[in-house]
Parts: sequence; C-alpha cells; structure tokens
Amino acid sequence: MPRLSYAAPASVPDAVKLLAGAQGLAKVMSGGTDLLVQLRSGRAKPELIVDTKKIPGMMGIRETADGWVIGAATPSAELSEHAGFSAAYPGVVEGTNLIGSTQVQGRASLAGNLCNASPAADSVPAMIAAGAVAVVVGPTGQRSVPVAQIVTAPGRTSLAKGEFIFEFHFPKVSGKQADAYLRFIPRTEMDIAVVGCGVNLTLDAAGVITAASVVLGAVAPTQVAVDATSIVGSKLDDAALAALDTAARAACNPINDKRGTIEFRTKVAGVLARRAAKIAYDRAGAR
Amino acid sequence: MNFVANFSDLKVVGTRPVRPDGIDKVTGKAMFGADLSMAGTLTGKVLRSPHAHARIVSIDASKALALPGVKAVVTAAGDFPEISSEEAAAGESPVNFRHMAHNVLARDKVLYEGHAVAAVAATTSAIADAAMALIDVTYEVLPFVIDVEAAMADGAPILHDDLVPSGMAAPGKPTNIAKRVEFKLGDAEAGLAEADVVVEGRYETTAVHQGYIEPHAVIASVNPDGQTQIFASSQGQFMIRQYVSKILNMDIANIRVTPAEIGGGFGGKTLVYLEPLAVALSRKAGKPVKMVMTRDEVFRSSGPTSGGVMTVKIGAKKDGTITGATIDIALQAGAFPGSPVAPACMCAFACYDLKNVRASGYDVVSNRSKIAAYRAPGAPISSFGVESAMDELATKLGMDALELRQKNAAKAGTKAAYGPVFPEIGFEQVLDAAKSHPHWSAPLGPNQGRGVATGFWFNIGGDSSASVFVNEDGTISVVSGSPDIGGSRASMAMMAAEVLGVPYEKVRPIVGDTAQIGITGMTGGSRVTFATGMATVQAAEKVVDELKKRAAMIWDISPEAVDWKDGEAVPAGANAGGFDPMPLAAIAAKAGKTGGPIGSEVSINAQGAGAGFGAHICDVEVDQETGHVKILRYTAVQDVGKAIHPSYVEGQIQGGAVQGIGWALNEEYLYDKNGRMDNSGFLDYRVPVASDLPMIEAVLVEVPNKRHPFGVRGVGEVPIIPPLAAVANAIKAATGVRMHSLPMSPPKIVAAIESGKG
Repeated sequence: MPRLSYAAPASVPDAVKLLAGAQGLAKVMSGGTDLLVQLRSGRAKPELIVDTKKIPGMMGIRETADGWVIGAATPSAELSEHAGFSAAYPGVVEGTNLIGSTQVQGRASLAGNLCNASPAADSVPAMIAAGAVAVVVGPTGQRSVPVAQIVTAPGRTSLAKGEFIFEFHFPKVSGKQADAYLRFIPRTEMDIAVVGCGVNLTLDAAGVITAASVVLGAVAPTQVAVDATSIVGSKLDDAALAALDTAARAACNPINDKRGTIEFRTKVAGVLARRAAKIAYDRAGAR
Repeated sequence: MNFVANFSDLKVVGTRPVRPDGIDKVTGKAMFGADLSMAGTLTGKVLRSPHAHARIVSIDASKALALPGVKAVVTAAGDFPEISSEEAAAGESPVNFRHMAHNVLARDKVLYEGHAVAAVAATTSAIADAAMALIDVTYEVLPFVIDVEAAMADGAPILHDDLVPSGMAAPGKPTNIAKRVEFKLGDAEAGLAEADVVVEGRYETTAVHQGYIEPHAVIASVNPDGQTQIFASSQGQFMIRQYVSKILNMDIANIRVTPAEIGGGFGGKTLVYLEPLAVALSRKAGKPVKMVMTRDEVFRSSGPTSGGVMTVKIGAKKDGTITGATIDIALQAGAFPGSPVAPACMCAFACYDLKNVRASGYDVVSNRSKIAAYRAPGAPISSFGVESAMDELATKLGMDALELRQKNAAKAGTKAAYGPVFPEIGFEQVLDAAKSHPHWSAPLGPNQGRGVATGFWFNIGGDSSASVFVNEDGTISVVSGSPDIGGSRASMAMMAAEVLGVPYEKVRPIVGDTAQIGITGMTGGSRVTFATGMATVQAAEKVVDELKKRAAMIWDISPEAVDWKDGEAVPAGANAGGFDPMPLAAIAAKAGKTGGPIGSEVSINAQGAGAGFGAHICDVEVDQETGHVKILRYTAVQDVGKAIHPSYVEGQIQGGAVQGIGWALNEEYLYDKNGRMDNSGFLDYRVPVASDLPMIEAVLVEVPNKRHPFGVRGVGEVPIIPPLAAVANAIKAATGVRMHSLPMSPPKIVAAIESGKG
C-alpha cells in the first residue's frame, strides 16, 4: 500500500530540507483546497506533504514603505477582511473573493491559487496586472520572481525542486491608480472562470490614462497580458474601449472544452476587458 | 370516510406544524444510507467499464483475491443467475428484470462507460481500491453511439442483437429502437389543415441528472441460512426487496429492508444499483458489506433522465381555437429500453381541450447510462417543445400567451388524447390565478423578458399500507410503508390527528421496514399523500370505530349510540344517556379491560388520483454580450387539490421549479470523443446555486379531488414541467430569439443572438 507522510515544519530551512530531500513526489500545502481535492480524486499521489502554515511569515498582511507584503499562505478571507489592502487593491481582492466558496476562502491562499497553475485561477490576473512579485525560497536561497513568470503551462510552474513561495510583494498604490477583476461563469458562484480579466490603470490629474495593465485568465495555457497601449493616453472613451476589446480578443489562444468554446471565450474576453477597465477607470478617477 | 366538503371544519389539515424529522436532520442524527455500520463490516466497491461499448472477453480476479484483506469478488457470470426477460409495472416506469440485472452487473457486454463489471469486498477502502486495479478484464472494444438520432440511423452500432421493438413493424434487422408509442384523438392532420395559423418547430433537450445530494448507499448482511438484512437509502424498501429477490433469485421472506433516511431521490432512487452487489458480496464473504457511490459514480452510472428530440406542430383559428396538434418525439433510454416516452406523449397536450391531436414517440437505446425516473418522467421534455410552440403561436396570433391557454384549457369533461375524460380539475382556476397575479402585469426593464408555460401530470394511486396504534396513554403511533421524501411523515400524522380529533403533537409517525408494515409501492408519481394518506385515514377511522365500541361497552349502551367528536366519545343524543364525554386517553387506559390494545392496519390499492396542473411565470434579464441569464422573478401557480401541510407543498413547488430552471439553463451530460462522460461532478454539471435564484413564489390553488377524504392531489411532479419553456419563452421575450435546444447556456445564447437563430 502506498504511504503518505505529512510534515509541518516551523522554519523555511526545515521546509526546504524536507522538500529537497524527498525521494518521490513532494507537495507544498498552504490552504490545501486544491491539493486535498486532487488527493481524494487520485489525480495527485504525493509521498510527502509539507504544510507551510506553521512557518513564521507565511501568514499575514503588512504594509511597508514600498507597498504591501502578503504571506504566501494567507487565507483569502483575511485579504478581503483587511480594510487597508482591500482599499489599495480592490481588484486583487475581487479575484480572491471568487475562489471556491466562502468556506474555501477560509483556507485558500494566493500561493496555492498561483502554484496550482490553472489558467483559470481567479487571483492571478489581477496580481499580474498589479506587478506583484513572488519571493521564492529554496535550496539555493531566496529569489524574487514576477508573478507573471511563475506559471509556465497548465499544472506547471517555474519553481525548482525544493522551492516554494514565501511571500508576495505588491507595489505601493499612489495617486490615481486602481484595479478591478471580473470573471465570467454561467452561474453566480461556486464555479471556475470561463474567462477572467484583471485591469490595473493609472491616470493623470486630468483623467488621462498614463499606464495600463490588462491580463486575461482562462483564454490561453497561462494567464496572458493584453497589449493595452491603445488605451494609454485616452480617457477610456468608446474608441479606446473598442480598441481594448480588439486587443483582448487578439491576446486569446483558448481551447474548446466543457466550460466554453473558442468563439465564446474570445468574445467574452473582449467584453470583460472593457467592463473591468471601466470599473478600474472609475475607481482610479475617484482617488 | 366521505370527502370533507367544508374545509373550515378542519383543525389540523391545512396548518403548518413543525416537521417530525426536523431535529434529527438539523442536528445530524438522522441515519442516511451511509450512516449505519455493523461489526466486521467490509467495504464494497465496483469496478466499472472504461469503454462506452465493449465485449467482455474475460475477467480474471485471481490476483485481486490473493491480496490480503480482499474477502470477495463477484461477477455476473460467476455469481448472478441469468434471468429471463420479465416486464413488470413498477412505480413510474415499467421495468424489465433481465435488463435491470444486466445493468447492475454487465454480462457479456458493457454498454456504457461506468457500467459495473465486477464488485469487490475488502477490509479497507484502500485495499478494495488496490484489488480493483488487480482485476484483469479483457475487452473487445466496439463502436459506440451516444446521440439518439445517430442511434436510430442505418448502420448505427447495435447495443442489443436480440432487441425486438414493440408498437411497430419488425424492422427485419437489428435496431436500437425499443418501442414506438402513439396516442390519437380525432384527426390531427385534418385539424391542422383547417387552421388559419400553423407553427412548427424542432426542439431538443439533453439528459439531466436528478442531482440528489445523497449518493446511493447500502449496507447488507447475509446469514448462512439466507436471512438477509438490507439498510439502504431509496424511494421504496419494498421495491428493493422485490428487485433483489428477482435479481438474486431469493425468497422474499428472507429479505428484510430497512429504509434509511433519504437525501433526495426525485425518481432516481426507484431502482437498485448497489443493493444486489452488496448482498452477493456479503453472501460470499460471510460479513456485512457496505457500499457508497462517489459523486462521479452517481453521474456516470446511475440514471439521469432522457434527452430527446421532437417536432411539434400546432394549428389554430384566428381567434386562438386550436384545430390540430402533433408531436413526434424520440427519447434516449440509455443502455436498456425504458425511456419515459409514453408519459412524454400522454402529457404533451393534456393541458388543452383538443379535438384533433396525435402524439408519437420512439424509445431508443444508446451507449449512455440507463435512464431512471425523474419528477414527472418525460413530461418536462415534451412540454418544452409544446409550450415553446404555444408561445410562438400566441405571438403569431397576436394574443396574450395566457389568454391563448385559457381559450383552449382542459376542464371537467375534456377528453384527453391518452384516453380518460377529466373529472373536476383546476387548470382554468390556475390560469385565472396566474393572469390576475401582479407578476403578470408588472413592468419590465431593458434586456428583460417574461415567459409563461404550463404543465400537467396524472398523479397516481396504487398499493399502500398504513397502521395506526393507540398507545396506553392515548398518544398515537402511525406507521406507513412510504419512504418520506416530501414530508409524508408529517402529512400522515396530520391526517390521522384530524380523523382522531387529537393534536398533531400527540401523533408520532415512522416509516416501517418491510417486516413491520404491509406492501407499499415506492414513493413516486406523486402518490403518497394521496394513496398512503387514504390508507392512514382508513386505519384511523377503524380506530375511531373501535374507540366508540369501547366507550359503548364502558357506558353499556349500543355502539351506534356513540359519536366521536374532537377526540372524545360522546353520547349520540339525549336518548343515548347522560354520560360525560370520554376522551381518547381514558378509553386507552381501560383498553386492557375492554378487549385489549387498540390499533388498525389498512392495505389498499388507492384509485381516483386527481390530475395536477400548473402555470409558471418567469422574468429573466439577459446579458446580450455574454449570454448570461438571470432569473429575476418567478411565480409558480398550481392546483394542489388540498394542501395538507402547505409549507411542504410550497417546498415541493419551489424545488421542482428550481430543478426545471437548472434543466433549462445549464445542466447537461457532456461526452468526450471516446463516449465518456466529461462533466461527472457538481463543478461542471451545473445545478443552480442559491445565489442564482430569486425567491420562488408558490401560489396554491385548491380545487379538491373529491376521491380523497381531504381532497388531495399529488403535487411533487407538476412543478418541474413548466420551467423549461417558461424560461425559454422569457428569453425569447428578452432577446427576440427563440431557443430550440437545451440547455440555454451562455455560449448558445450568444451564438443565437449573433446569428438571430436559436
């Protein structure tokens, strides 16, 4: 009979040692909301599970001079209940608020949502649009990796054996800058994004967009950035929105599957990009 | 008991007391199928076919049996008798025991992905899993067919070489068509020719699952002398007893089935899947065996209801009078014959008083799991086509959709195309109530639309047993043979309390096991409150007669000189004597001295079920860019005869409406290119979640069925029928596009809006 070991080390070096020394498949667990489902269905058959929640710094939210530091295993419910972070990054919180259900959000973490490496992960587009950086620890020490470079393909990440994400750094939000996230599902909750779109916009005092980052989920093997140059310099008028719609559709490389067709996903990507951009624009303008 | 003409005399019936099973359910004490364990219980699991269609060349379980902890492996060839083809009327759909046995465990061929091939009993779940991986099954993979029209086409892969279709000429070659049915009244073609306006459309529905929360679960224990205990979640403990007896060739008296609390059935638990396997494994292993399906198994291997394709034609005069109507429908049966094509045809036009109508249908097998009953089997499918076509007809005539239905409504004296002449029915009252409801005239905003649709279900009676016992202190115990899936314990207690004249709280109901109460047909077809209720009322009346006799004995007067009033014996008149009323408790206390314990059991075949009709009004808002449909408001009007416990009746109506909305919008069976189900979990098989829905307003119309003492009609089936077309008609109103195919999921709606064709 196969055996499964579980460890909950209290330090990063101990965790790295366990992961790096594992003979068979070792999985990092933060909230476990994806991993436990995979275990039960038989899709994942690890020999070792390393629970990172007991490591100091893995859980928690703090504001620094440069922005925000989020422990990698922090439950998404804590993010949405954190007034300061929710005000700074409403779009990121909109994403985490859509993961699973209220119960799941009591455990589900940013690192887990990212490293599960699903193209449909709800928290990831807004994190990429925010320019968030992951602090990765492992046998060779510590390195900083843009969130956009973590996922390489469905179910695959750029993390090496023994590595895991310790925390995320979100840049300081200043001036007229805001984000938004929208996803499309056939129902209203308890579902997986057919298309997701995170938008992060910066405006000048006159309401002209000076910087724009638009990222789509569930329309390609990984999250994809939309070429948003066409809306920079605009006040997000109808022409700019139409150009964004076109750019979003052009960024899509989806598949036909049980959750949506190529045509549908491509069309809805354009729709969501427009709608999310308007929300972000209004939020930024109100700051 | 005669029909209670004056409902204002009722003291318990029509009130809303606390449900007797409520505390157990909210505290987790209720014993569902998976909750019982016995000493030494083994875990049973099923090895299932990975192929949609294949011949079983060989099954070698020797390696599995050699694994420590494995106690038994059963296969059809090794452990199940081959039984002959035998049709039996059972519950809502006819059954064939040979087919049922072959569905429980494949013999010679697997006919769908997930078809059971062998079962294993082991000391732990992990060992059972390991054992299944060690069973070598050699398959000869065969071509498969999933779609109903493809299965009917020439050259389709044939599932059963020996299938002889009924109701049609022999095709002279193997076929997947199991049956043709036709119901006719007048001359439909001539009627259509007389029409000023004709609408015609082709409509499609997909297979949808009943989606009960509790997966199938059983524990079985067989003794060496053959005595067998089964504890299982189902819609009929007597059904399980009968089917297990047939499939395993056992004496019925050796099988005792205890009904577990049931976590939803909706028709899907009117069959056996695991029970014969658990019995066969227990018999072989000499220990109790417990089996619980996973959700994945529930979807792949237990019945959904049919999907179907149909063409509907309706013709009318300019004033809206329908002159002729036809429906031609083909339904998926799954791997074995038995789709609900007959009720689909019978219900199709039953809402309307038509002179010329024809409903024809085919029952077609294909490589899908065998369908099972689902609330009003067949009726929602044909209703989707007919009620969508009625909406098109109203548009073409420029008539209000409800007025068109009022103009043609079935009423007392209407002869239905399937045969009977309706006695008192409440369809006109339902339509009137819908039309005068504020919902029908409420304003709508942009991208919003309103639809209406109606539905009919026969409701049924049949075999039922109930007993009523007077306890020593004057409290009452009621036992019935009907598993409680819709509040029947409460309604039996209420009806008994009404007859006996005692408070509801003094009456405690249970569901008896197969050795405790007489034979009772399964809970289905909306029969229990009517049929088992009638048995309960009759048993309570016999108890009242006995109570009167005992009082007469104590008073030393004639039993005819005693009346029963408000739970007390009273002298029938001045001549009877000047006795003080004698309460039930006082008579009970003296029962030992007046002839012994008081109680009565009644077994009947209840006749005279009253047909049910409903009309649903639905408002939607459609996101024109994404195709997302939001249900804004929903009103379900239904003739319920008489609501014994109105909260349960409203709950039935709300639940049916929600299941119908799920069927309309997002639920579907998806297959991959290998004929394997692609969405066998609640993540991708999308039933509505609470946040998808507004409050469903249930409006109870009460036109009593005078053949039941309190006027009961069945209520559980009708509410799932109208939603499919009500939602489609609302989407048409919101978008201008007629959706002809379910589910009306966002990608299909976007494509329809863009092309102008749905």
